[in-house]
Amino acid sequence: MLFTTYEFMGFLAVLFLAYYLFPKKCQWPLLLAASYFFYFIAGADYLIYIMVTTLTVYFAARRIEKNADRQAAYLKEHKAELTKEEKKVYKESQKRIRLRWLVSCLLLNLGILAVVKYTNFFISNVNGILTSLGRTEQISFLSLALPMGISFYTFQAVGYLVDVYRGTVPAERNPFRFALFVGFFPQLIQGPISRFGDLSKTLYERHGFDAKTLCWGLQRVLWGYFKKMVIADRILAGVLTIVGDADAYGGAYVLAGMLLYTVQLYADFTGGIDITIGIAQALGIKVEENFNLPYFSRSLKEYWRRWHISMCSWFRDYIFYPISISRPMQRFTKFSKRRFGEKVGRRLPMYLSSFTVWLATGVWHGASWNFIVWGLGNWAILMASEELEPLYERFHHRFGAQGRLYGVFQMFRTFLLVCCLNLFDCYSSLGETFKAFGSLFTVGNWNVLWDGSLMQLGLTMLDYGILAAGTALMLGVSLLHRTGSVRERIGRRAYPLRFAIWYGLFLAVLLMGAYGIGYDASQFIYNQF
Amino acid sequence: MEDLLEILSDLHPEVDFEVEEHLIDDGILDSLDIVNLISEISEVFDVSITAKDIVPENFNSAKALYSLIQDLDEE
Repeated sequence: MLFTTYEFMGFLAVLFLAYYLFPKKCQWPLLLAASYFFYFIAGADYLIYIMVTTLTVYFAARRIEKNADRQAAYLKEHKAELTKEEKKVYKESQKRIRLRWLVSCLLLNLGILAVVKYTNFFISNVNGILTSLGRTEQISFLSLALPMGISFYTFQAVGYLVDVYRGTVPAERNPFRFALFVGFFPQLIQGPISRFGDLSKTLYERHGFDAKTLCWGLQRVLWGYFKKMVIADRILAGVLTIVGDADAYGGAYVLAGMLLYTVQLYADFTGGIDITIGIAQALGIKVEENFNLPYFSRSLKEYWRRWHISMCSWFRDYIFYPISISRPMQRFTKFSKRRFGEKVGRRLPMYLSSFTVWLATGVWHGASWNFIVWGLGNWAILMASEELEPLYERFHHRFGAQGRLYGVFQMFRTFLLVCCLNLFDCYSSLGETFKAFGSLFTVGNWNVLWDGSLMQLGLTMLDYGILAAGTALMLGVSLLHRTGSVRERIGRRAYPLRFAIWYGLFLAVLLMGAYGIGYDASQFIYNQF
Repeated sequence: MEDLLEILSDLHPEVDFEVEEHLIDDGILDSLDIVNLISEISEVFDVSITAKDIVPENFNSAKALYSLIQDLDEE
């Protein structure tokens, strides 16, 4: 049941009615039932995976918290009798027990994720090595189902477990409430990866009906559908044509393809998150924002603070910091300072930690070398920028490169950089990706940009017109959003204008989305997701 | 406090750490700075800052950071 289906609309309508008509104490159990129904419809076999994650993380977190409570009680009771050293030894012994629970549960859940997501990738690489060694035998691929949203809910649950281990959030006592945190349906498909400390504040609260909250939530959902169905799904045909044949569509086509894909990715992902946040808001639940106008970033570093915020902060808090400040890394820092001097020695360990994070980020995005190289490409650019920072500073100082115009140039440069990195996401193999990127400089077919060739990509003039208007609207809304809530501004307008805006958007989704002019049901590419 | 201010100034000489109170919220200190800072602090003050201590409230100002160091020292 995708977000963009009639079934999902019906499901939402029934849920909203029941949510506000039933007694308030039934709200979170109703959401749990709805989430499991949503997941069951997506695939009954998937339920076992999410239930295993939910139960194991629930029990491990409870054990960890109980141990911490027991430790606190013991220390309080024996405060006078124990020496400082005895207390330290006792604390260390209890910490080891908690660590065992944490590591066992992490290994189990990340192991499940690794098996279902990466086994066939591993097999294909082994087969490749066998072939290159001249061996004819091949390992058969396994038919493993990849449960919907497994990367997202596993990371969300793991984040919670680490937080309980660190003592920053209490362990949830009710397993059903915890099951709702892991399986809350709006964020199952593509996140965001919520933190228990944030989401639990409103997830289990009793929410009275508030017309404004419901209305605002639905407005956000509508905006999400506009981005997803009018822009992202429409672009898809053109992108697939270009990336489907790197030989036929090189040079200027690649430029067109990467620009189209970057707009598609933005509209698809942020649109999906708008739908998620909007549904939650209509239910009175606050899901944290996942984007902060990423294409207004002046550097790649800034871009990664604004794009997919929940994932980036997850990697930062649960991988980067623990590795960077771990004892072995501190020892390595001391060693590298002695060996390479203060300046270089200080940076080496950080670059090593960053490398690990970006490798993990690439692997998390998908089981292919393209994503791994994409992650490491990001790492290389970020680290190079870090090293070149003094040079940039001197350049800015020398040529007075600052001000609004230079800022716009920096944004444009960052956008192009992101477009280039996105090529790894588009093509099916590294060879195709590098071939396509290389053709930008070797194939001189720039005339295809204006001689009508772009009309042969599966997109008509009408499509381009709608895409241009839709993208301009997205850009306009983003610009307005920099100085405050756009919905609030619309809300202050006279009723006829407000009505015209939202009804116009609704009509746009209806007429220009997947159900619009020139489409029929069999051509809905998004249905293949 | 003097030692801490010196460490911070080494990282960002352009920032007045005695008055700045939104080092994290305003993006003055990024994750690389924080790791650097923790490494220096652990050497100079002989305290161990763990991942759970890395929250904006502890790193938004020199004062908050110094208070964290004192708390860890007392533990």
